[in-house]
Amino acid sequence: MSEVTLFGLGASALVGIGLYGFIIQPEPLRRLLAFNLLGSGVFLLFGVIARRGAAAGMGGDPIPQALVITGIIVAFAGSALAVALLLRLHQADRGGAAPGGDAPPAGGGDGDRT
Amino acid sequence: MTLAWAFDAILAATVLAVAAWTIVARETFAAVVGFVAYGLLLALVWVRLAAPDVALTEAAIGGGVTGVLLLGAAARLRGTAGVLVDERPGAAMRLVVGVLCGIVTAALAATVLLLPDPAPTLAPEAAANLTTTGVGNPITGVLMAFRALDTLLEKVVLVLALIGVWSLAPDRFWGGAPGPERRAQPDDALVFLARLLPPVGIVIGVYLLWVGADEPGGAFQGGALLAAMWLLAMMAGLATAPAVSERRLRLVLVAGPAVFLAIGLAGFALADAFLAYPEAYAKPLIIIIEVVKMLAVAATLGLLVMGPPERPPQR
Repeated sequence: MSEVTLFGLGASALVGIGLYGFIIQPEPLRRLLAFNLLGSGVFLLFGVIARRGAAAGMGGDPIPQALVITGIIVAFAGSALAVALLLRLHQADRGGAAPGGDAPPAGGGDGDRT
Repeated sequence: MTLAWAFDAILAATVLAVAAWTIVARETFAAVVGFVAYGLLLALVWVRLAAPDVALTEAAIGGGVTGVLLLGAAARLRGTAGVLVDERPGAAMRLVVGVLCGIVTAALAATVLLLPDPAPTLAPEAAANLTTTGVGNPITGVLMAFRALDTLLEKVVLVLALIGVWSLAPDRFWGGAPGPERRAQPDDALVFLARLLPPVGIVIGVYLLWVGADEPGGAFQGGALLAAMWLLAMMAGLATAPAVSERRLRLVLVAGPAVFLAIGLAGFALADAFLAYPEAYAKPLIIIIEVVKMLAVAATLGLLVMGPPERPPQR
C-alpha cells in the first residue's frame, strides 16, 4: 500500500472519529472540537487527491491544495463565530450576566434577546 | 517496507490516536490541548503529502490560532462540564452511533481505494499558465489568479464572521474593546515571551509573505503569524485591544476585500474580465493585494480570537 493510500484511509477514519464525537458529546465546545476533526479529515482527503494528481514537476495538484488553504481559514472563521455563540449561550444560561461582572440594567436586560 | 513508509504509518497512527483522545478525554481542557497537538501532527502529514503551503497554514491556523481560541473558551467554561454529564448518551446509543460512523468511514475508505488511475489533475494547466501571473509558487498562482474569486469571497467571509462575533456584544459594551482588561505583570514569563517573540515573529511573517510568490508561504500564513504576535502582546497586557468602533481599525479590516474587489473590477477595463490582471502588471498587482490582505487577515484573525466587546466604550 502506498503512503498516499495510507493517509487516505487515515483521513476516512478521522471523518468517522469526528462525526462520532460530534453526535455523542453533550458539551458544545467538545462538539466544536469534534467538528473541526471531521473537517480536517475532509481537508486531508483533498490533500490525498491532490497528491495523486502530481504532475508537471509539482508534488501535487495545486488547485485542491489552494482550496484547502481557503477551507482552513473559513473553518477558523466558523469556529470563532461558534465559540462566541456558545460563550454567549453560556452567559444567557447563567441568567444574562455579561462578562465584566456587573448585572444587566433593570428592564430590557441583555438576556432577553439571546 | 522502507523507512519512509514506516514513518508515515507511525505518523498516521499517532494522528488517529490523538484525534481519538480529543474525543474520549474526560477533561475539556485536556481535549483542547490534544487538539493543538493534533494540529501540529497534521501539519507533518501535509508535509508528507508534498503540500508545504497547506502545512504552514495548518500549523499556524489549525493548530495555533484555533488552539488559542479554543483554550480561551475552555478556560471560561471550566467547571460547567459536570452539569452535562447526565446528558451523555447510553452505551446502546453510543454503539449504534459508532457503527453508523464506521459505515461512513468504510464508504470513504472504499472511495479512496477505488479512485481512478491515472488521477485527474490540473497541475499541467497550472504549470503552463503560471508564467502569465509572474509568480513562481503554483499555490499562490491559484489563490491569487486562477481561483481569485474563492480568495475574494473568503476575505468577505472573514469580515462577515467578525461582524457576527461583534454583534453578540451586549448593548452597553457596543463600541468598547474586546476581551477583559489585562495589566502586565513585569515578572511574568508571558510578558517576557511577549517582548522576546514579536520582533522575530513579525520578521518571519513578512518574510513568509514575500517568499510566498515563489516558495511555500503567502499572505495567509504571514498574516496568521502576525495575528499570533499581536495576540501574544494583547494577552500579556503589553498591547491594548482596540475599540471596535475605531475608524482606523475598521478601515484595515475592510481594506482586504475592498482593495481586492477594486483591482478585480478594474480588470473589466484593463484586462477583459472580472479579477483578470493585465499581464504586464500581474505581479505588482498581486503583491499589492497580498500586502493589504496580510494586514487585514492579521487584524481579523486576532479580533476573531479576542471575541465580542466586553468593556464599555470610553468616551
